[in-house]
Amino acid sequence: MKRGSIAFWGTAALFLVAVLAATQLVANEYPFFAGYVILQFIVLSVAWSILGGYAGYVNFGTSAFFGVGVYTGILLFKAAGAPLVVQIAAAAMVGAFLGFAVGLLTLRMQGIFFSIATIALTIVIETTVTNWRFLGGAAGIQIQRPPVTAPFHSYVQLLVFVQAILVVLAVAVARYIQNSWIGRGLQALRDDELAAECTGVPTLRLKMVACVISGALMCAAGAPAAMYLQYADPASAFNLNYSVSVLAMALIGGTSHWIGPVIGAILLGVTQQLLAVTISSEVNVLVLGVMLVVFVVAAPEGIIGLFRKGRRAEGKT
Amino acid sequence: MDLLLDAVVTGVLLGCFYAAVSIGLSVSFGLLDVPHVAHPAFLVLASYGVYFLNDSYDIDPLLAGLLITPLLFVFGLAAYRLYYETFERRGTDAAVRGIAFFFGVAFIIEVLIILHFGVDQRSVTASYIGKSWRFGDMRIPLRLMVAFAVATGLTVLLAAYLSRTFMGRAIRAVAQDEEAVRLMGANPVRIKQWAFGIATAVLGIAGALLIIVAPVEPTLDRAYIGRTFCVVVMAGLGSMTGTLIAAIILGVSETIVLTMFGASWAPAISFALLLGVLAVRPQGLLGRR
Repeated sequence: MKRGSIAFWGTAALFLVAVLAATQLVANEYPFFAGYVILQFIVLSVAWSILGGYAGYVNFGTSAFFGVGVYTGILLFKAAGAPLVVQIAAAAMVGAFLGFAVGLLTLRMQGIFFSIATIALTIVIETTVTNWRFLGGAAGIQIQRPPVTAPFHSYVQLLVFVQAILVVLAVAVARYIQNSWIGRGLQALRDDELAAECTGVPTLRLKMVACVISGALMCAAGAPAAMYLQYADPASAFNLNYSVSVLAMALIGGTSHWIGPVIGAILLGVTQQLLAVTISSEVNVLVLGVMLVVFVVAAPEGIIGLFRKGRRAEGKT
Repeated sequence: MDLLLDAVVTGVLLGCFYAAVSIGLSVSFGLLDVPHVAHPAFLVLASYGVYFLNDSYDIDPLLAGLLITPLLFVFGLAAYRLYYETFERRGTDAAVRGIAFFFGVAFIIEVLIILHFGVDQRSVTASYIGKSWRFGDMRIPLRLMVAFAVATGLTVLLAAYLSRTFMGRAIRAVAQDEEAVRLMGANPVRIKQWAFGIATAVLGIAGALLIIVAPVEPTLDRAYIGRTFCVVVMAGLGSMTGTLIAAIILGVSETIVLTMFGASWAPAISFALLLGVLAVRPQGLLGRR
């Protein structure tokens, strides 16, 4: 194991221990409610940047994958009373399959056509779920949480710990892809797809791999959400806000390194949680829009791009 | 059978209205390749402008639409300038960042409307709203007839502008080969900026029609992302005749599905059509490529 890997896994283990300790020591429920949302956004934006960042295919279907994850969880819970682990694993599998299907259908398109096609898929899936009576239809569905298991005092704390594990998993996968031949191939096709194809990079296959992995992680992140809210309805599970938030987080942080979306998700997620409590949820969307525009215009490489530029400038002087 | 005929007639009328709201995008996305996902947000914004004039000064909605047209034109010029300076000139992945940029703009517009007008549905008053015409057994709301007439007029006018006038031809020349236009000694950026201004200006009338046909709410733009892009892509990028035909196909499919399966399936139609077109015939009905 290289030194970088040891540092990475050490930090990951420390992070999980810290979260576990927090669930045991902190009695107040609110930090967990807020923390859960932020962790969920970290998973989503890291997963998004596997396809959107490394390969440069801007996926607006995040809410489709997220929503399918939510409803897979609900379906399994309602039909068979499946435990949380099974729900997440099943959601990941459904997500991988959905990613494969979406990839087959859309990855031959480029640029904005891919983006529009992914929005289209979101709405088509949302409409299907809306018309599916068993899943509650447009009115939504209520879920009764099962009793909480041993070391945790409340179900939300359990969910926070589960989501923290998913964060570590997502980041580890993204990090592996970035450092392996898959990541190098994806970056090559982002810079010039035709040139990459000509030099023997299997572009379509790489894009498919990225789409499948990204989809599986997004769906997995969505599965516990129904248990968190104890309620789900199509209009909010498939809300376009998820797609745009996740995209904004990744772009704000920067997409050339896995740490970018993590930073972006923490920054925007914390800001949104604070604003939602202190002002209103409308202002939340406004902040999202403004930050997206400002960063895309002023810092196209995101926060990590700013740091790199700063470091380069220091080196010169 | 009567029901079906009714659906088809309503669909054609509705389709012409869809053409009017999509024609601006047909210029900005179809001809200029700007990934303008904020187009429907601009449309809803124009509707609220019309609502404001109608509500506080009792101006006819169509006249109000005409009144805000110059404002929208200037707004369009400024928006393109910003887009050009920040994305097109820098070159690399303009489309990717551009689409994120326009989504941000759309969200900002949505929230500003909510903060100023609230989340309730708004509608306008005019003498032709609420009445309907009878043809045998069929009843057609007059508001849809007005929308149909104005929309057809607007579409024909814009198509004529693009094919008959000097500036219109210049716009199409830029769309075909920007480099050649530059070599002829013209400034393609100026022409594109003008075109984007026109594309935004027609939203004055389109926005008026939007609020005449049905009440508007701040997040209505999300439903129109699918409809407008569906029409423009199905039309074949930049074809005005294609826009009209594609819009009518969308209108008729929507009303038929509405009468046969119910309203809850309606949002998916435009997107399903769009996906179908992208999969089967990506160059559209009357594509330029």
